[in-house]
Amino acid sequence: MGSLEQLLSAREIVVSCGSGGVGKTTTAAALGAMAASRLGGKVLVLTVDPARRLANALGLEQFGNVETRVGSELFEAAGETPRGELWAAMLDTKESWDGLVHAHAPDEETRDAILANPLYQNITGKFVQSHDYIAMERLYEIHGSGRYDLIIVDTPPTRNAIDFLEAPERMADFFSSRLLRWLIAPYRSRLVSTATKPFYKVADTILGAQFLEDIAEFFILFQTMYDGFVERAKAVTRLLEDRRTTFVVVSTLEPAPVREADYFIEALAGRSFHLGAVVLNKVLPDYLLDPAADTVARRLSSEPTALADALVGAAESPVGDPAVVARVLQEVGDSYLNFRVVAAREAEQRAELARVPDVVAAAPYFDRDIADLGGLLAMGESIWSN
Amino acid sequence: MSGLLDRKLLFVTGKGGVGKTTVAAALGLAAASLGKRTLVCEVDAKGNLADVLEAEPTAFEPSEASPGLFLMAMDTEDSLKEYLSLQLKVPMLARIGPLARTFDFVATAAPGVKEILTVGKLCWEAREANYDLVVVDAPASGHVVGQLAAPQAIGELVKVGRVRDQTAWMTDILGDPAQTGAVIVSAPEEMPVTETLELAERIDGETNVELAAVIVNRVLPELFGRGEEEVFDRLCEPAAAAGLERVVDGPVEAVLAGARLAVTLRRSRTEHLDRLRAELDPRVPTMYVPYLFTRSFGRRATGTIAESLTDELGY
Repeated sequence: MGSLEQLLSAREIVVSCGSGGVGKTTTAAALGAMAASRLGGKVLVLTVDPARRLANALGLEQFGNVETRVGSELFEAAGETPRGELWAAMLDTKESWDGLVHAHAPDEETRDAILANPLYQNITGKFVQSHDYIAMERLYEIHGSGRYDLIIVDTPPTRNAIDFLEAPERMADFFSSRLLRWLIAPYRSRLVSTATKPFYKVADTILGAQFLEDIAEFFILFQTMYDGFVERAKAVTRLLEDRRTTFVVVSTLEPAPVREADYFIEALAGRSFHLGAVVLNKVLPDYLLDPAADTVARRLSSEPTALADALVGAAESPVGDPAVVARVLQEVGDSYLNFRVVAAREAEQRAELARVPDVVAAAPYFDRDIADLGGLLAMGESIWSN
Repeated sequence: MSGLLDRKLLFVTGKGGVGKTTVAAALGLAAASLGKRTLVCEVDAKGNLADVLEAEPTAFEPSEASPGLFLMAMDTEDSLKEYLSLQLKVPMLARIGPLARTFDFVATAAPGVKEILTVGKLCWEAREANYDLVVVDAPASGHVVGQLAAPQAIGELVKVGRVRDQTAWMTDILGDPAQTGAVIVSAPEEMPVTETLELAERIDGETNVELAAVIVNRVLPELFGRGEEEVFDRLCEPAAAAGLERVVDGPVEAVLAGARLAVTLRRSRTEHLDRLRAELDPRVPTMYVPYLFTRSFGRRATGTIAESLTDELGY
């Protein structure tokens, strides 16, 4: 069984994925901090809309699409002397799309027409799919620049965990589709073939002709960037499938995230992607499953009064009023038994998830929310070397 | 507060992982047990709705999971077909050929199409009064705003055509607080509370739907009452712990640590609850669902949550 330390020292790209609310972004940031600190080199954490507190922990508040170095004073404050550099960037979908148009538009006129098209604004700003695509596109671009030894990317919250994996492919399909040409053709020629007529009639009735023309204009403009786009989308897919890229699935041990993690693990295996590790977050401590403690908890819960009387009577220093002590003992016992039920359920989920990957790491429930680099490093430390 | 289940259409949303589906299902169970004919619709069809109610897998065609409680899964393509045949009486539907071939494309190309087909279907069910209440297990935070605002957005984008006419009545239903409300499910943790506050603001600013309630899920119980925590602290001191060990005749370290963990977790979560209370518009009713220490999350657990919500709602 390997460790995340080994995994990260041998890869160039780490994709952190999992369902919403499991600590995907935090895990990505924690792994980035550990890699920069212990492995050295230049490490970038590319994240999507992190929590304010996490952004603060990385000193990210005032930064957007631009990659920014996490100050060494933050490491110093955490008592750490990093061997490498930690960089961070947030993904701004709109800005990244604009950048792509700038790069691929054949001339200035087309570029400006695309940027001004109302549908372009809609598609790039609101579409979940466009978000997925642009995250992968940005990753490709940054990786290609060779500026970093390791890039850890936090995936956008998707409706379906595998959506973003297919995003580049779907984008390529989209631009090369015959349907696209089909839709554009009548606008160009004003000739509606018999094959497309029913479709147009329906579309016209529903959406109105002006809107259809807006759509057509948008795609005609976008077609000028067709070759660049398709080629690019294919290259992005190739990079994700490459051995240099590894996927880390993050999950808590709650039923819904576990099911999604399971599904995701299978989806990765079914495609040509490489599952590197599973990180389990907010795992309850093992002592909750101690059989001897269970027996003690049951006694506390069932005979608190007798135990309290015996304890208060035998104690050398005062513990408290026997009635209050009895209530406390019962609450302590009940609470242990309650958490034991959850811990037992989670242990089973954990065994289930641990079947496939080489690396399984578990981060405990931390008392405090992670508010600084020290917190990130503490979390990273808990999963780093098994 | 008792008005919540008297509305016709409730959009239940929240950050992923807070138990949105479970709460939506529990609201459905609660309404059905009050004698209301209730439909719960899962929008992000992942099959979780059927799981938390231990029902048959959901489909676009609603099925009755228990008396008065119907479940369905949104499918935008089916919704379009239904819309075309019901609303437009499109006769050439058969000749459009396999709709699937064109649908994905149109839905991707034309912004808001998927959203409007989803919201439209739900508003339609509410308008036709096929059910007393429609509970929507809506998409997570960011996406729901786009969905709720879709009729208005399409109305602005599409200047003519049937769709524009259709958006008007949808906007009316969505904007009427007597009929429609949004419910944000939250949890006493940093990110869910932050997202709840942001989402409350966005629903207020970007949609015409009223925020009807915030439901905080998984609230841990307060372990100790007044004066009890000091006794617990004394029990944890080595001498007292050793004494307790002799009295119960077994190791107490893990048990005491477990109680300490419960106290710490509860305390760190209380701070987030306090922030939610302080920053949320005080007019928005807030309800609390206790953390469930259960073996599984099936129908029984959902039923427990439904009961606790029914109590809080004052029915």
